[in-house]
Amino acid sequence: MILLWLIVILFLGGALAWASEALDAKLPRVVALFSLLASLGLVLWLWSTGGADVRTPGGTWWVLDSWNWIPRFGIALKVGVDGLGLLMLVLTVFLGLMALGAAWNEITQRTGFFYFNLLWTLAGVVGVFTALDLFLFFFFWEVMLIPMYLIIAIWGHENRAYAAMKFFLFTQVSGLLLLLAILCLAYFHYAQFGVFSFDYFALQNVVLEERFQMWVMLGFFIGFATKLPAFPLHSWLPDAHSQAPTAGSVLLAGVLLKTGAYGLIRFTIPLFPEASASFAPVAMSIAAIGILYCAKLAFAQNDIKRLIAYTSVSHMGFVLLGIYAWNLYGLQGAVMTMLAHGLSSAALFMLAGGLQHRLHTRDMDKMNGLWSQLPMLSAMALFFSIAAVGMPGLGNFIGEFLSLLGAFQASRTITAISALGLIFAAVYSLWVIQKVFHGPYKIPEGVGRSAIPEDLSTVELLCYVLMALGLIWMGMYPQSFLELSGPGLESLLQAIGAFSGELGSATLNGGAL
Amino acid sequence: MTGEQLLLLMPIILVTVTAVMTMLMVAVKRNHAVSCLISAVGLILALLSLVIVIPLAPAEVTPLLRVDAFSLFFTALILLSGLAITLFSYPYLSNLEDHQDEFYLLLVIAVLGALVMVSSTHFITAFLGMETLSVCLYGMIAYPLHRRETAQYPMEASIKYLVLSAVSSGFVLFGMALLYAQTGTLHFSSIAAALSGLEGVVPPVYYVVAALLIITGFAFKLSLVPFHLWTPDVYEGAPLPATAFLATVGKLAMAALLMRYMSVGGVLGSESIVYVLSVMAVFSIIAGNLLALLQSNLKRLLSYSSIAHMGYLLIALLTLDTLEDSLGAEAVSFYLVAYVVMSLGAFGVMMVVSDSAQERDHIGHYQGLFWRNPWLALVFTAMLLSLAGIPLTVGFIAKFYIVAAGVEGAKWGLLFAMIVGSGIGLFYYLRIIYRMLTPLEYFEPMREAGLKELLSHCVLFVLLCALIAFGVYPNGLMSLLESVVATL
Repeated sequence: MILLWLIVILFLGGALAWASEALDAKLPRVVALFSLLASLGLVLWLWSTGGADVRTPGGTWWVLDSWNWIPRFGIALKVGVDGLGLLMLVLTVFLGLMALGAAWNEITQRTGFFYFNLLWTLAGVVGVFTALDLFLFFFFWEVMLIPMYLIIAIWGHENRAYAAMKFFLFTQVSGLLLLLAILCLAYFHYAQFGVFSFDYFALQNVVLEERFQMWVMLGFFIGFATKLPAFPLHSWLPDAHSQAPTAGSVLLAGVLLKTGAYGLIRFTIPLFPEASASFAPVAMSIAAIGILYCAKLAFAQNDIKRLIAYTSVSHMGFVLLGIYAWNLYGLQGAVMTMLAHGLSSAALFMLAGGLQHRLHTRDMDKMNGLWSQLPMLSAMALFFSIAAVGMPGLGNFIGEFLSLLGAFQASRTITAISALGLIFAAVYSLWVIQKVFHGPYKIPEGVGRSAIPEDLSTVELLCYVLMALGLIWMGMYPQSFLELSGPGLESLLQAIGAFSGELGSATLNGGAL
Repeated sequence: MTGEQLLLLMPIILVTVTAVMTMLMVAVKRNHAVSCLISAVGLILALLSLVIVIPLAPAEVTPLLRVDAFSLFFTALILLSGLAITLFSYPYLSNLEDHQDEFYLLLVIAVLGALVMVSSTHFITAFLGMETLSVCLYGMIAYPLHRRETAQYPMEASIKYLVLSAVSSGFVLFGMALLYAQTGTLHFSSIAAALSGLEGVVPPVYYVVAALLIITGFAFKLSLVPFHLWTPDVYEGAPLPATAFLATVGKLAMAALLMRYMSVGGVLGSESIVYVLSVMAVFSIIAGNLLALLQSNLKRLLSYSSIAHMGYLLIALLTLDTLEDSLGAEAVSFYLVAYVVMSLGAFGVMMVVSDSAQERDHIGHYQGLFWRNPWLALVFTAMLLSLAGIPLTVGFIAKFYIVAAGVEGAKWGLLFAMIVGSGIGLFYYLRIIYRMLTPLEYFEPMREAGLKELLSHCVLFVLLCALIAFGVYPNGLMSLLESVVATL
C-alpha cells in the first residue's frame, strides 16, 4: 500500500497546489513542500524499517503489491521496490525538494499550475521506478512527459517552443516503439500460455525466437536509450535542458534521465538476456562514442547550460557502459553514477540557473571573475565541478571507477577509450571555472553598473549543502548504497548469468562489494 | 410483421416520429427552443426505448434489418452523439439570421439514416440508410446559406459533398449490381455462403471487383486516401454542428456498417482486397498527418487528422479475420467510441466559443485560452491529447487496442506507419496546445457563458469525464464490447 500512497500523495498534492493558487499565489509552493516532505518521510520510513521479503520472487523485493486493473488484458496495478528501486525513489523525492528550492523564488508567474506540473512529473517518475506491470510502467512513462513538456513550454527561456516540441517528439516516438515492443512481448506470452499478461515476472518466462528477440529488444533499447540519452538519440537533451526553467533542468538531469538507465537494468536485459548479450558490444561502443563525442561538444559551448547538458550525456555514457558490462562491478558502478550524477548535475544546473537569474545571460563569454562578487556561489560551483570531474572522495568517482572496472572485464579496448573521457571532463570543467569565476570582474551587459548581484540566499545555500553532503557520503562510505542495491542486482545476474562469448572474461564476481 | 418486431424497431420508429413532430411543429408555430426541445426529447426517448429492446435481441426483423447487441450498441452511441450535437447547436444557431427549426429536422432524419445503417445486414437497407444520411447532410452543410459574410463557403461545401457523395453512391450501386450478378443475393451472410458454394466452380473475379467498388464507395464516406479530397473543404465550409455531425455520426455509422460487412461478408478472404485496404491505410495515415501539419484552420486540421484516424481504424478492420477470438472487432468498436468522444469534445469546444455570426476556427482565436478561459482550455487540451494518444485518456487505450490487434494480426508494416504517423501527429496537436498556452498581448474577452450555454458546458463536462474514466478504468467498456462483438 505504501507505494500507492506515495504516488497518490504526489498526484493529490499537485491538484491541491493548483487549486490553492486561487487563495494566494504563494500558497502552492507551501503545499508542494508539504507533499514532498510527506513523500520523503514515507520513503525514509520504508528505508529504515523495511527489508527484503524472502517470499517474493528472487527474495529481494521489499514491497510487492498487486491489484486488478484491466483483467481483459491481464493488466494489474502491480508495484514493488527492491533496493535499487528504493535508491531511485530516494533520489527522486530528494531532487524533487531541490527542484522546489530552485523554483521557490524563481517562479512567480502562474505558480499553481507550475507546482502542479512539478508534482505530477515526480508522480510519473515514482510510478516508473515502482511499476512491475509493463502496461502500468508505460502508462507512467508517458504520464511524466506531459507535465514536463508544459514546464518547458510555459516557463522556459527564449527558444522554449522548439525545445519543448523536440523533447516531446523524441521521447514520445521512441515511447511508441517501446509500446509496440511491450505488446509484442505480451502477445507472445498469449501465444505461449494462452493468456495476456503484462506482469514483469510472467513475461520473463516467455521464450522468444532469436530473430524476434532482437527486434523486440531493440524496441525496448531505443525507448530507453532516447531517455538516457545515448549517442545518436541525444540531440533533444541540450535544447530541452538549456531552455527549461531551473527546476525543470534539475528534474530532467537529475531524475528523468535515470528512468532510461533504470529501464535498461530492470527490463531490457532481464527480459531479453540472449539478445542483450549479443547486442552488448554495440551498446558499449555507443557508450564510448557518447562519452567522447559529447565531452568534445561540451568544450565547444558558450551557453553554460548547454555545456552542462552535454557533460550529462557524456556521464550517462558511463552508466550505459556499466550496464552492458553486465557484471556486479559494472552494475553497481552504473547505479552509483546515476545517484552521484543526479546530485552533481542537478546542483550544476541550479548554479547555472542562479547565474542566469542574476546576470540575465547564459553566455560564458559575458561572465568573468565572478568569484570576487559571488564568493559562496563560486565556491559551490567549484565543488560540484570537481565532483563531476570524478575527484576521489566524492560519489562520482566511485560510480565511474566501478563502471570502468566492470567494463574492463568485458572489453578492454572500449574501456581504455572510454577512460579518456575522464581527461576531457577535467579539461572542460576547469576551463569553465577559470573562465567564469577567475580573472578580473567585468560587469555583464544588461546588469546595471550599480547593481551588485546578490550571493546565495538561505534556501539556495541549504539546497547546495544538502547535495554536497550527499555526494561526500557517497564518496566516503559508498557501502551503505552498494549494500542496498547489491542483492537485487545479484539476483538479476544470477537469473541470467553473465554475458559470455566474444566479450570474454566477464564473470560473476560477488564477494567484496 | 409481429408486435415483437415492431418493438425491436422502437428506436427507429421513435426517431421517425420525432422528425414528423418537428415538422408539424414548424407548420403550427416556429420556435427555436421548442424545435430543439422536441428533437432532444425524441432522441432521449429513443435512447430509453433501448431498455425494452435489449431483452428481445438478437433477432432478425424482416430479412433487411438485424437487431442485435452490435446494432444496439451503435444505436445508443449514435443517439448520444446526436443528442450532444443537438444541445451544442442551440446556442450556436440562436443568432442565425434565418429559421433555425429545419436544422433539427435534418439532424433527426440524418440520425434515422445512421440508425438504419448500423442495423442493416442487407445492401438495400444499407444503401437506403446511407442515402438518407447523405441527403440530410447536404442540407445541414449548406444551412447558413443566407449569412452574408460567408455565404459562398457552405454552398460550395455542400455542392462538393453532394457531387462526390453521389459518385460514391454510384460506385456502391455498381458494386451491388455485380455482386447480385455473381451470387444472386444482397444479404451479407448469404453472400458469404453463396461464395463458398461457388468456390472452385467459377473464379470469383466479379466478386473481388464488386467488393472493391463497394469499399471504394465506403472509403469516400470514411474519407480514406485517395478518396479524401472533399474532406477539408467540406469540414471548413460547413457550420460547426454539421461538421461535428459529419465527423462523428457520419463516420460512426459508416465504420459500423463496413465492419459488419467485412466480418460477415467474407471480404477479407481475398488477398487483393486486403492488399488494397492496407495501401489505403498506410496512405491515409501518412498523408492525413502530413497534410495536417501546417494547417492553421482548426476545422481543416481536424479533418486531416480524421483521415489519419480512419487509417488507424483500418488497421484494426484488417485484422477482423485473423483468429477465432480476435481482438480486431473489439479494437474497432473501442476506437470508434474513443474517436466519437474526442471529436465531439474538440468540436464542442469550438462550438461553445463560436456562433453562427462568427466561427472561431482559426488557431489564433485560441491563443492564450489557458489564461482566458481555463475550463475550456482544459477540455480542449484533454481532447487533443487524447487524439494524440496520451495516457490517462481514452485515446491511449484506443491506440493500445489497435496496436494489440495489429500485433496479433502481424501487420508490422501498418503498425510502423502508425508509429511514424503518430509521431507527426503529435506535432500539430501540440502546436494548438502551445498556442493556447502562449499569452495574448491584448485582452480579448471570450464570450461569456450565459444560461443558454450552460447545457453545452454540461455536455463538455460529461465528455471530459468519459474521456478520463474510459482512459483510466476501461474495463467496463472492454467487457461490454467483448459481449457486443461476440454477436457479430
